Amino acid sequence: MLTIFFKRILLAIPVLFAVASITFFLIKIAPGGPFDADRAVSPQVLKNLNETYNLDASNWEQYVDYMSGLIQGDLGPSFRFPGRSVTEMIATGLPVTFELAFYAILIALLMGVFSGVLAALKRNTFLDFIPMAIAMIGICVPTFLMGPLLVLIFGINLELLPVSGWGQLSGDKLLPSITLGFAYAAYIARLSRGGMLEVLNQDFIRTARAKGLTERMVVIKHAMQGGLIPVVSFLGPAIAGLLAGSFVVETIFQIPGLGRFYVEAAFNRDYTMILGTTIFFSAMIVFFNLLSDLAALWLNPRSRDA
Amino acid sequence: MKNNSLWSDALYRLSRNRAAMLGGFVLIMLIICAALAPWIAPYSYSFQDLNLGASPPSSDHLLGTDILGRDLLSRILYGARISLLVGFVATGVALVIGVSWGIVAGYIGGRVDSIMMRIVDVLYGLPFIIFIILLMVIFGRNLWLLFGAIGAVEWLTMARIVRGQVMGLKNQEFVLAAQAMGVSNLSMFRRHLLPNILGPIAVYATLTIPQVMLLEGFLSFLGLGIQPPMSSWGTLIKDGVESMEEYSWLLIYPGITFTITLFALNFFGDGLRDALDPKTSDN
Repeated sequence: MLTIFFKRILLAIPVLFAVASITFFLIKIAPGGPFDADRAVSPQVLKNLNETYNLDASNWEQYVDYMSGLIQGDLGPSFRFPGRSVTEMIATGLPVTFELAFYAILIALLMGVFSGVLAALKRNTFLDFIPMAIAMIGICVPTFLMGPLLVLIFGINLELLPVSGWGQLSGDKLLPSITLGFAYAAYIARLSRGGMLEVLNQDFIRTARAKGLTERMVVIKHAMQGGLIPVVSFLGPAIAGLLAGSFVVETIFQIPGLGRFYVEAAFNRDYTMILGTTIFFSAMIVFFNLLSDLAALWLNPRSRDA
Repeated sequence: MKNNSLWSDALYRLSRNRAAMLGGFVLIMLIICAALAPWIAPYSYSFQDLNLGASPPSSDHLLGTDILGRDLLSRILYGARISLLVGFVATGVALVIGVSWGIVAGYIGGRVDSIMMRIVDVLYGLPFIIFIILLMVIFGRNLWLLFGAIGAVEWLTMARIVRGQVMGLKNQEFVLAAQAMGVSNLSMFRRHLLPNILGPIAVYATLTIPQVMLLEGFLSFLGLGIQPPMSSWGTLIKDGVESMEEYSWLLIYPGITFTITLFALNFFGDGLRDALDPKTSDN
């Protein structure tokens, strides 16, 4: 178990290094410099800017410079927002995105596991069909449609909840979290239903029932531990999806998080910001994948001793 | 049934699955409408009637018009062309890369296999959405680049599925017999292996199309996908969101079309999977 852990971490380092290098050079070959604004900048100003940001140096020098900064956690200055560093901007946006993702995952897990387990236990009844039909809707209605529809219904027509913002009006965190969490609730419901169905037919469940455990104990203590492994393995990749979802949700609800910063940076061609966030996102995703793989390994008794 | 081949068996099972047949019917209708859009659309997608502005559905404009007075029904029909095209072409790209990768890795095996699959594992763990956005920003928002970028992302699962299938086939007698006859690797892939794994490939391809369309919609929604005056369903939804407070039909109709299409694709794909592989249909 520990060896797997270390092996995976050792693999993650060169991967992240490669991601950082590829992204760096991709951005270098991008047509147009960061200062090709709508207004032409005078040659003298451009020269000064290039000097300040060390853009006159050879690509190789810039690369070495950037990478040595990266190791120390310095992602360079933002091209678009003078005086602010990329690290600083990530530090401002990250807590917001984290909070949003946390609520979304919480909603997804609560709704998904509950309805999935219930559907598996009451297989082929009304309590199975209704949640699974709703889950299908959750999978087919994309976040970028779900969000605006929820705003239209609850924000504009019913005037129950604020239509945008984060932490300014009471209840404004509800719609973004539900929007982001709903699709995952749907996937989790399907996965936990499938996982539970597989486990419920197995011998150890029959043994647990035969020794006279209550049905509640059988389900919670024995079946769910094995039946939810697919859900745990799904959570790692789900983080990557949540990130993409946060781009949309933060744009729709005007939430000042990392996702919106990234989309804005993409529009503004704020190359250092794009570079920094890409590396940061990759590191996060590699980390969460590792975490969820380990959790799934640990939950599966067969691989625990390996 | 007289003929008990895999495909006729599957077709029989598929025809008994109502949800899948309905999904298939909706898809065929959509493809026909998209192909015939220039002839059946009541107006051109770029025709503007500025006097009209945004008007709710009426007998002249069945689904209303947008802010520039363009007929929404026509724009949805033309949008179907782009959205479906992206769905099919990008899936095709993913299919070609994934199937070739998987066959080579699975058939050759050994060191080559472990290196190739390691690469797939590593790529799996990366935030590809971000790379697509990056590519769109750097190289401009080009339709063909979009196909390639999305296809280049979606092939990973296909490679894994195909590799697994090929590993299973590799030691069967007909493959060994072909080897003994000195068949070259290339014709082994084409003549002997590929026909035997068409089932899983077809299923996974059908289920990839909705994912690709979602991805395109997502990019277009952020303004990084299809650029005006061309429109996909993603850009229509984006435009709809911008004016949904006053003109909610501009969001609702493209949204409904998009959702129905995804439903149809998913139902059809699930049905196809159940039909081709009855073992898994029970869960």
